[in-house]
Amino acid sequence: MKLLQLQRKMARAVMLPLTPAENMRSKSPDGRSMRAVAAQFIKPNDRLTSFERLEIYNRQYWFRILSALAEDFPGVRAVLGERRFDAMAKAYLTDCPSTSFTLRNLGSRLPSWLPAHPKYLGPRKDLALDMARLEWAHVEAFDGKAEPVLRPEEIKGGAPAGLRLHLQPYLQLLDLHYAVDDLVIAISENEEGLSIVSNAMTERRHHAREKKAVRLRHQPIYLAVHRLQEDNTVYYRRLERAEFFLLTALRDGKSLGAASAAAVRKGPLRPEHCAKAIQTWFHNWAALGWFCTPDKHRG
Amino acid sequence: MPGNRFNGFTEYGVGIGLRAPHYQHILSKKPVVDWFEIISENYMIDGGRPLHILDQILDQYRVVQHGVSMYFGSAERPNREHLRRLKTLVKRTKTPWLTDHLCWGSVDGRYTHDLLPMPYTFEAARLTAQKIREVRDFVEVPVAVENVSSYAEFHVSEMTEWEFLTEVVEEADCGILLDVNNIYVSSQNHSFDPFDYLNNVPAQRVAQIHIAGHSKYRKYILDTHDHPVIDPVWKLYEHAIRLAGPTATLLEWDDSIPSFKEVHDEALKANRFLRESALSKAV
Repeated sequence: MKLLQLQRKMARAVMLPLTPAENMRSKSPDGRSMRAVAAQFIKPNDRLTSFERLEIYNRQYWFRILSALAEDFPGVRAVLGERRFDAMAKAYLTDCPSTSFTLRNLGSRLPSWLPAHPKYLGPRKDLALDMARLEWAHVEAFDGKAEPVLRPEEIKGGAPAGLRLHLQPYLQLLDLHYAVDDLVIAISENEEGLSIVSNAMTERRHHAREKKAVRLRHQPIYLAVHRLQEDNTVYYRRLERAEFFLLTALRDGKSLGAASAAAVRKGPLRPEHCAKAIQTWFHNWAALGWFCTPDKHRG
Repeated sequence: MPGNRFNGFTEYGVGIGLRAPHYQHILSKKPVVDWFEIISENYMIDGGRPLHILDQILDQYRVVQHGVSMYFGSAERPNREHLRRLKTLVKRTKTPWLTDHLCWGSVDGRYTHDLLPMPYTFEAARLTAQKIREVRDFVEVPVAVENVSSYAEFHVSEMTEWEFLTEVVEEADCGILLDVNNIYVSSQNHSFDPFDYLNNVPAQRVAQIHIAGHSKYRKYILDTHDHPVIDPVWKLYEHAIRLAGPTATLLEWDDSIPSFKEVHDEALKANRFLRESALSKAV
């Protein structure tokens, strides 16, 4: 058997979902006996059959990736409950196996996968979707790129309305249905710090304590997920509706004039308060270091 | 060897893995540590706190990079994005040598995030050596490959694990990160004499040694890195040092991580064997 052929065969077996009792399945998806499949390429020894030896890797694969996903989405887990989260995670990871060398990206497709699979979300569908978006934004803000902060003298002359400003790549902007920022903070305050440090085996998944999601009322919020360069801690900052649309328009590459017009239109932002509000926002954003000069734009 | 071309002719002593629960202790207390090993993938990112911490560590300590997902033994070509990020990190850390595992873990662009065992075939050895050379040429630092713990063997294997390791490192002309705990774990799982393993690998290629703890189950042993090093592994370590000379040694402790002091004290037990080896060479 050629190397590639063997690796494809073993990877298929290793990535096969476990039984509810967390053992290797007896049949492959095409109905073949997994005992026969394992015996084709794995030697038994005096203590373990081929199936049992392969099962060690099958179990480790699922324990590792389920544990990694749970660590990145403790809020989704709290909202869904442990049993529903486990079912969702197994379905997601079956549909979207890792295509990255780092486990950091394991949950990258969860916010877009969940809306297409509402059966895993239960009665708190919108809350769970909001939480998934916020927790993935947190991952991105945690270690996203920070460009050099824009200095006032770098703002080129010309009409301010035509000015195009760049936002920090790590800055994430979210429009949400629920105040999940409060909820995720409450959950994180009750969890120990977690990080993947190596590929050493873990025999059992670590089960974080399950948290009950507090009852949240539907409350649209706009949020910036960002970090301060002084301490690199991720913060959540509530935004006004018009403020959110102004930032989103800037992120989309619109000029200051066009972005401000979008903010006034979607605001609501009364024209008589417009200049004062925008001035205050820009002052705050600049102080937070959100405007940057991407490397490719540096002269 | 005290210093050789596979570890950049360095003479590092006993190090420990840099782990997040110890960040605060290290940065505030500044303990004396010969060197730290980092998991490369944890720092192959664009920014944020991990890199900020790493830069502070680099200001005061020697750091060596250890990877977990290059998968030298995977039949597919190296991932270009992985290589690019790895090289960026190498420039940041100035690691004198770079290590990753003699295993596979990805196929057709899908990653298992596990260290899967190699079939010990000549085809696999040739392809693996080719990939090691390609990575080394790209990152431009010496590369050493680590033997992994394994729980399965393949019908297609044509040689022993130590013969395979030797075949690969000779073909790739690279170093060995000799993990004596992994040798012990695999020897128990596959019923071979671990001293046969040690006696048959090219000692002159050993760039670094790993020690660690593991977990014993009824029918097999798992490489869990969550316990102190057991006596049989220390005996293997002693023998490895006798063969390879005083070599840069690293204790891995990745789960149920105790205090910094406990981890460091466990690692420093290696000094006894390193001193004895140095003395015997001096006599």
